[in-house]
Amino acid sequence: MCEIMASCQKEIVRLMHNYLDGELFSGEQQKLKAHLQTCNDCRQHFLELKKTIALVQSMSHIGAPERFTEEVLFALPKETRVIGIQRWIRRHPFFTAASLFLALMTGGLLSTWQQEANHFAFTKYNNLQVENDTVVVPAGEQVKGDIVVENGDIRVEGEVQGDVTVINGEQYMASAGRVTGEIEEIDEAFGWIWFKLKKAVTGVFD
Amino acid sequence: MELIVQRRIKQVLKGDQNAFGEIVELYKDKVYQICFRMLWDRHEAEDAAQETFIKAFVNIHTYDPEKKFATWLYRIATNLCIDRIRKKKPDYHLDAEIAGTEGLNMYSQVASTEELPEEAVENLELQEVIQSAIFNLPEKYRSVIVLKYIEELQLQEIADILELPLGTVKTRIHRGREALRKYLRNM
Repeated sequence: MCEIMASCQKEIVRLMHNYLDGELFSGEQQKLKAHLQTCNDCRQHFLELKKTIALVQSMSHIGAPERFTEEVLFALPKETRVIGIQRWIRRHPFFTAASLFLALMTGGLLSTWQQEANHFAFTKYNNLQVENDTVVVPAGEQVKGDIVVENGDIRVEGEVQGDVTVINGEQYMASAGRVTGEIEEIDEAFGWIWFKLKKAVTGVFD
Repeated sequence: MELIVQRRIKQVLKGDQNAFGEIVELYKDKVYQICFRMLWDRHEAEDAAQETFIKAFVNIHTYDPEKKFATWLYRIATNLCIDRIRKKKPDYHLDAEIAGTEGLNMYSQVASTEELPEEAVENLELQEVIQSAIFNLPEKYRSVIVLKYIEELQLQEIADILELPLGTVKTRIHRGREALRKYLRNM
């Protein structure tokens, strides 16, 4: 290129670029101007740089495709739901704690319910009889206290001086049978949970 | 514009998705333009621009409202584009010779595979030629040239976007201009 001035070429090119970035001191500007007037190669180089910039700047601006914003928003929902839940939790700490407690309680009780599901059990009294999965209060016998039967039936022919509760089963009352307390049949999980809770609560107050 | 944007960002932080839609509307053309000039492929540019906004939305809580939003957003865009360019390597600069095929370069490949008549290749529109010159730049020069001459940003802002020292940005712009000059001097 500028063979005679090969040593100054690098310096002049640096000045050209600084000029193009608008960062030349007035002294440097004079130096560049003077050099360009005397050196054809450098002037050519400088003009090519300016033309290059003009060409790049001449490129027409292009815009985003149609429906771009809709598509971006469509891609977001999952995030907003998570953020929405997080925000809701932040705003309702008490409710969250309470529902978490309830959920855990119910979960724990439900698993107990499932474990106990097929297990035949009843409150033991000496004068009770068992026929298959049926607990019998024989005629003429007296049971002093509450009876709970789980996963089985009860037939009352004698007298129960207390409550009778049947879980996942049925109670039959003979015409001569008598129960002084309440008779309750519980089949549903919800009822069972209610029963357990009631028991826990009365247990607390006992 | 910054003031409106700051207000919208506060609404987005409260979970208002429509407010984010307004931010997308304000910046979509600029972001898409950066991506298109960097990647030179409409589908890829659209993907990258969408990814930019999704990433901005997900990370909006990390944006520092003391700083310019555009700088933060353009940083996401340029980083995503640079990632895509790097993943595509080995790059296919048009005039790079293909290994084992002496004298054969991508121009002849394009011509033969797509069966374009020679004149069509020669008569590429001026815009295409300029775009190809930009695309031929190594990615570190391409990003500064796009930000400076297509987005018309100040050097300091470019330095902030690319998280580079100002001196490095200047050097890259100088080298990028020289490389472009070699492609475009005979236009």
